[in-house]
Amino acid sequence: MTVRVQTEDFDVGFEINQLRKARKDIGAVVSFMGLVRDLNDGDAVSQLTLEHYPGMTEKSLASIINQAKARWSITDALIVHRVGTLQPSDQIVLVLVSGAHRGEAFAACEFMMDYLKTEAPFWKKEVTQLGERWVEAKLTDDDARGRWVK
Amino acid sequence: MKIKLFYFARLKEALKYSTEDLDLPDEPLTVLKLKAHLAKRGDVWGQMLMGKLKVRAAINHELVDDNAAINNGDEVAFFPPVTGG
Repeated sequence: MTVRVQTEDFDVGFEINQLRKARKDIGAVVSFMGLVRDLNDGDAVSQLTLEHYPGMTEKSLASIINQAKARWSITDALIVHRVGTLQPSDQIVLVLVSGAHRGEAFAACEFMMDYLKTEAPFWKKEVTQLGERWVEAKLTDDDARGRWVK
Repeated sequence: MKIKLFYFARLKEALKYSTEDLDLPDEPLTVLKLKAHLAKRGDVWGQMLMGKLKVRAAINHELVDDNAAINNGDEVAFFPPVTGG
């Protein structure tokens, strides 16, 4: 399991190779990457700043991976999340899941993103032509998380 | 009872505090009681902690609800709903 919170960019290809290493029992790697869009709620976004809660963030992300591992048959998982100031088209978050088969890896990856969106302590502030504003949490994210509750 | 408090995002900006140490009477304390106690500091505190804004809380890095008990030495954080990813 790998969890990283960093200001630096990441390389998806490198991270996938690290996750696979020399293993020969992996039949599927699923990846999700979140990017900064240049439009939010109808306004052009020129910059995004991400704040987090050091200490809690890492624990929260590790807990999300552990919950996914308990629920699906997956081999390994990684979450990298950037913080600090980003520009449109920049990479924000990467979730990788490896497993024997794609079905469980797809489900685990989606589960991890839905939980990250609603539980991991990150906050976005964006700059638009109207000035700076905190991004509001979306109810659709709560709904997305809710579908995993047994 | 001594606790350490953290505020994040919109709360941190509005309250002009990111962290503080509090020394409180040794009585049973919950998240809700702590919010009410802090709200007594005045306008912006009441608005941010007991107003319309949704506030989430964590004790020792775990998300908790308003009824969660706070103990001596705990690290308590208040913040808006999260928006990462």
